[in-house]
Amino acid sequence: MNSTFKDKIKSVFSNLRNRIRDFFVKGKQEKSGLQKFLTTDAFKNFLSSVICVIIGLLVGIIVIVIVNAPNSAEAIASILKGGFNAPKWQRGVGSVLVNAIPLLLCSLSIIFAYKCGLFNIGAPGQYVIGAMFAFLGAFFLKAPWYVCLILSAIGGALWGIIPGFFKAFLSVNEVITSIMFNWIGLYLLNFVAGPEAGIMYNENLAECFILPKSSLLPTLGFDKMLSGYKYVTVAFYIAIILAIVVRIILNKTKFGYEIKATGNNKDAAKYAGMNYKRNLIITMAISGALAGIAAGCFYLTGYEVYSATKQTSLPAMGFNGIAAAFLGCLNPIGSIFSSLLITHINVGGGYLDTTYYSKEIGDLISSLIIYLCAFSLFIRLTITKIQNRKKELAEANNATPEKNPDVKEEKVGEKECH
Amino acid sequence: MPLVLEYTLVFTTVLALVALGGMFSERSGVINLGLEGIMVIGALAGAIVTSVLSKANCPNFLNVIVSIIASMISGWLFSMLLGIACIKFKADQTITGTALNIMSTALAVVIARMYTKTPSSQVDYTRQIYMFSYDGNVGIFLIFMLVATFASYVFLFKTSGGLRLMSCGEHPQAADSVGINVYKERYLGVSISGILGGLGGFAYIVQSAGQWDFKYGVTGFGFLALAVMIFGQWKPIKILLAALVFGLCQTVAIIYSGTLGIPQFVYKMLPYIVCMIVLVLTSKKSRAPKAEGQPYDQGKR
Repeated sequence: MNSTFKDKIKSVFSNLRNRIRDFFVKGKQEKSGLQKFLTTDAFKNFLSSVICVIIGLLVGIIVIVIVNAPNSAEAIASILKGGFNAPKWQRGVGSVLVNAIPLLLCSLSIIFAYKCGLFNIGAPGQYVIGAMFAFLGAFFLKAPWYVCLILSAIGGALWGIIPGFFKAFLSVNEVITSIMFNWIGLYLLNFVAGPEAGIMYNENLAECFILPKSSLLPTLGFDKMLSGYKYVTVAFYIAIILAIVVRIILNKTKFGYEIKATGNNKDAAKYAGMNYKRNLIITMAISGALAGIAAGCFYLTGYEVYSATKQTSLPAMGFNGIAAAFLGCLNPIGSIFSSLLITHINVGGGYLDTTYYSKEIGDLISSLIIYLCAFSLFIRLTITKIQNRKKELAEANNATPEKNPDVKEEKVGEKECH
Repeated sequence: MPLVLEYTLVFTTVLALVALGGMFSERSGVINLGLEGIMVIGALAGAIVTSVLSKANCPNFLNVIVSIIASMISGWLFSMLLGIACIKFKADQTITGTALNIMSTALAVVIARMYTKTPSSQVDYTRQIYMFSYDGNVGIFLIFMLVATFASYVFLFKTSGGLRLMSCGEHPQAADSVGINVYKERYLGVSISGILGGLGGFAYIVQSAGQWDFKYGVTGFGFLALAVMIFGQWKPIKILLAALVFGLCQTVAIIYSGTLGIPQFVYKMLPYIVCMIVLVLTSKKSRAPKAEGQPYDQGKR
C-alpha cells in the first residue's frame, strides 16, 4: 500500500472524527451540530408527533383501565405489541404491512391535496370507487392485476375530479362536496358489488366472489420471506415508490411549486400567472388516484373479501389516512412511518379480548392522535419556548451575551409543518 | 297521520335542530365539522340515561326531561373539545372536526359496550314516552325544534347579543375593537351547536327505532345537516324550509325504496344528490360568514 493512500484514509478518518466531535461537543463560540439539529423544524415536527402519539396512547390506556381494570395489563400489552400478537412473527409483520400500504397511499392523497390548500376528506369515497373499478376490472373484464390497479387509480381520479370541478367552476367548498360524494360512492359500490346488480355477488356467503388468480397482485417472493403469508405483494414497492414520487413532485418540480404556491396564497399564485383552476383539478385528480390505488392495493391482495351487505358505513381507511398524514407532519416520507405506527396500533386493537374490550379502542387511539395533531402548532411553539429559555439560562451562566444569528424564532402565524 | 308526513316531520326535526346548531357555530366563526360526532355522543348519553331511568321505574315525565338534558349536556361537553382546540389553541377547525367524528363512533361503541356488558353495542330504550301518540313516530322534539328555530331567529336578528355573535363571524378584529370578547362569543356559538347537536342526535335515534347499535354512528345525518345549513343560507327560517326539503327526500328514499322499478341504491343516494344539485344552484349567491375557519388571534391584527 503506498503512503498517499494511507494518508488519504487517515485524513478521512480524522475529518470524520472531528465532524462527530463537532456534532456532540459544543465549540467555544458556535453551537454544536446536535444543538443546531435540535432547533431545526424537522426535529420539532418529529418531537411534536412523538408527543401526540404518547398522549394518545396514554389516554387509550386510561380508557382500557376504566373499561375493565383486572384485565387491563394484558390488553395494554396487546395494543403495544400490535401485529406481534400473532403466534408467528411473520404473520404479524405481514398483517401490519398489508394494512399499512393502503393507509400510506391514502395519507399521500391527503398530503397532496393539502399542499394545494384542499382538505380531501373525500378519500374514503375515492377509495370505494377505486375498489369498484378494480372489482369491475377483475370480474367483468377478467383483466390482469396491473390493469385492475390502473383502473382503480382511474376510478379514484374520477371521484377526485368531481369536487375539484365543483370548487373550480362553481365555487362549492370541496369539503362538503367530498362528504356527499363519499356516500354516493359507497352506495354505488354496494349496488355494483351487492345482490342488486348481482354480477360479482356470492349469495351463499353474502359477499363478493373470490378474485380470479390473474387479478391478484403478485407476491414477488414476499410469501417465502414471511413463511407462506401471501398477502404482502408488489403493492409494498408501489406504495414506497409513490411516496418518493410524491415527495419529488412536491419538492423538485415546477408543478409541485405551483401547487404549494396555490396552497399558501391562491390569489398571489393567480396573480403570478399560475392557472389556478387547472392546477386545482389536476391536484384533486392525482389525490383521488392515490386514494383509488390504495383500494386496489388492498382488495387485490385477496386479504379481505368485500361484502356489500356488511359495509354500510364508509371504510375507515380514508379517514385514518388523515391521521397518518398529519402524524407524518404532511411529509410523504414521514407518513411511511406514521402509517406503520397507526396500523400497528389498530392491528393490536384487533387482538383485544372481545369479551371485555371492543376493537374500536384502536380507532379511538388513532382519532385521539388526529385530534392532538391539530395542536401541533401549539406543541411546536412550546418546544421553541423551552429551548429558548434553556438558551437564555445557559447564556446567563456563561455571562457571554453573544447573540446567535442561527436561531430562528418560530412565527406565530405559521400554519403547517413542512 | 300518513306515513309520508310523519317521517318527513321526524327527519325535518332532526335536520333543523342540528343545522341550527351548526349555524350558531359558523355565525360565530368556527366551522363545526364535528356535528356528526356531537350527534352520536348526544344520542348515546340520552339513550343510556333513558334506559337506566326506565329500569329504575322513574316517572315518564321526569325520565323524558332528564334524558333530554343529558343529551344536551353531553353534546355540549363534546363540542367543547372542538371549542378549546380551535378557539384557545387555534387548531385547524376542519381537522379537529374530522377527528371528533371518528372519535365519537369509537367512543360510543366502547361506552355502549361498557353499559350493555355484552359484545354488542346495541342500547335498548323505551321510545313511546317521547311520542305524542303511542304508536306514532313524531315526538316532543318537534316542539323543541320549532321553539329553537323561532328563538334563534329572534336572538340572532332582533337582539344585540345575536348581532355581537354574528359580528365575530364576519370581522372579529372589528368586533374586538368595539369591545366584544371574540373568544367568549365563539365559545357561546360552539356551545349552542353542541347543545342543539346533542339534542338532535337523541331525537334522531329515538324517533327512528326502539334500539340503536352505536357502531353505525348516526348514518351521516350530521353531514346532511351541514348541507341543510348551507342551503338555508345560515338563516333560521330558511334552514327550517331547507330541512323540510331534505326531510322529504330522506322520507321518499326510505318509504319508496325499491319500488317503481328503480334500484334501491338510487333512493339511498337521493338525499345526497339533491343536496349537490341544491348546492350548485345556490352557490352563486351563497355567502358564508366571512371569517369562518380562521382562528382569531388577538395579537395579530
